[in-house]
Amino acid sequence: MQHPGAPLKISPMKPSPFSYHRVTQLAEVFPLLSLHGSNAKLLAGGQSLIPMLNLRLSQPELLVDISRLSELRGIRLEGEVLKVGALTRHVEIERSPEVARLFPTLIQAVREIAHPAIRNRGTIGGSLALADPAAEWPAAALAFDMTFELASARGMRQVKATDFFKGLYDTALTADEVLAAIYIPASRATSRAAFGELARRSGDYAIAGAFVNAERSTGENGGCLQHTRIAYFGVAGVPVLARRTMAALDGTTGDAAAIEAAAQHLEADLDPLADLYNKRATKLHLSRVLLKRLVASLGA
Amino acid sequence: MSQTISLTLQVNRQSVTKTVEPRTHLIDFLRNDLALTGSHIGCEHGVCGACTVLVDGEIVRGCLTLACQLEGAQVETIEGLTESGAIADLQAAFLQRNALQCGYCTPGMLVCATELLQDRPSATQVSRTEIREHISGNYCRCTGYEAIVDAIEETLKSRHATKVFAKEVA
Repeated sequence: MQHPGAPLKISPMKPSPFSYHRVTQLAEVFPLLSLHGSNAKLLAGGQSLIPMLNLRLSQPELLVDISRLSELRGIRLEGEVLKVGALTRHVEIERSPEVARLFPTLIQAVREIAHPAIRNRGTIGGSLALADPAAEWPAAALAFDMTFELASARGMRQVKATDFFKGLYDTALTADEVLAAIYIPASRATSRAAFGELARRSGDYAIAGAFVNAERSTGENGGCLQHTRIAYFGVAGVPVLARRTMAALDGTTGDAAAIEAAAQHLEADLDPLADLYNKRATKLHLSRVLLKRLVASLGA
Repeated sequence: MSQTISLTLQVNRQSVTKTVEPRTHLIDFLRNDLALTGSHIGCEHGVCGACTVLVDGEIVRGCLTLACQLEGAQVETIEGLTESGAIADLQAAFLQRNALQCGYCTPGMLVCATELLQDRPSATQVSRTEIREHISGNYCRCTGYEAIVDAIEETLKSRHATKVFAKEVA
C-alpha cells in the first residue's frame, strides 16, 4: 500500500513513439508490411488498437493508416451474398437498409457493440482481425457462415470464418495480409435467427452472448430446424460454434424438450473459462439461459 | 524513430495547421496545442467519455483518436458549440435541472447529447431509454443521470415543439 504522504506514481496513458503512414491505395500497404513485419500495425478505426497503445500493451514502430481506402468500404448485395468492406464502420452497418432487410439480427447485435462514439469509428474488419473472443462480430461470422477475403502482394484468398479464428487473438491472417472484405450468405424466407447477450451494463463486454442461425424446413419435415448454427462469444478463449448442441437441435422443432436435451452438450462444446468476475459454472449457466431464450424465440 | 507530421484541419470552423507527433491523441492536441481545455481527460482508454468531441459531425473519443488521422477533418469542441449558440438551450436545461455537480463529465455529456439532437430532431421518436442508451458511454459520478436525462429530454421536446409551431405559422 502506498504511504498517504508519498507522491502518487502516475503512469501516463500515452503510447510509445511510432511512425505513421497513411496509405491511399491498398497496394501501398504490402511493401510496408513486408519491410516492417510484426513491428507494423494496421490502423483502421483504432477503437481497440489505440487503447492497447495507450496502455502500452502494444508498441509498434509503425502505424499504417488504412482507414481512407474507399475500396475497402461499403455494403453491397452481390447475387446471393452480401459483401461488406472490411473498413465499413459499425454505425454504417447499423444504418444499412440491406442489412436491416436481410439480417435484422445483426443490426440488433451491432447496437450492443460498445457505445455510439465507438461505433462511429470502429470497423467490422478491425473487430474480426483482432478476434477478441468477447466481441460480437467474430461469433456472428461463425453463426452466419461468413467468408473473409484476405489481400496480400500475392493476390486475394478466401478463408471461411470457421477456419479463421485460431486461438486467443490469433487468426489465419499472416503478417503480410490485410482483411479486405466479408461475405455473408444472404438469408432466405426459411431462415430464422436470434441474438442475445448478457452484460452487467449497456455497452460492457458480454459475460456470455450467442447467435443462433437456422433454417425452418417446409414440406415433409415441416417446421423442423435444419442447418442450425449456434456461436457463442465471451465464454472461452475463442468464439465457439456449439457443434454438438447444433446437431442435437437439427431435425427437432426446437421445442422446450429439444432445447433441454441439446443444452446437455453445451459444457463439452464450450468448455467455458472463468473471467475476473464470473466462474466457469456461471458462464455455463448463462450460456444455457441464452440457448433457451434464443431457440425459443426463433419464429415458426 | 521519432517522426513529426504537419497537420491541417478545421477546429471550431477555423483552419489550423500544426506539427504533431503521430502518437498525439486528439484530446491532447486540443488541450495542449490549441489550449482548448473545455474537453476533459478522464480514463484515457475509451471508457469514460469525458473527452467526447465531434469529428465531421459525429461524436468520437478524443483519447481513441490520433490527431494525425484527422487531416482535413472538421472538429468541433464544447468551445465551438458554446460560442455558436448551437446548444444554448441544452446548456440552459442542464443548469435548470441540476444536471451537473462537479462538472467534469459535462462537456463530454453535452457533446454526446448534441449528436442525439442533430440526428433525431423529432422528440416524439426518442424515449428516455434511448437517451440513456445514447449517453451510456459517458460516465457521471455525481448526478445519478436522472437529471441529465431530464435535461436532454426537455431539450428534445422543446425543439420539437418549436419546429411544430414554426410549421403551423408557415
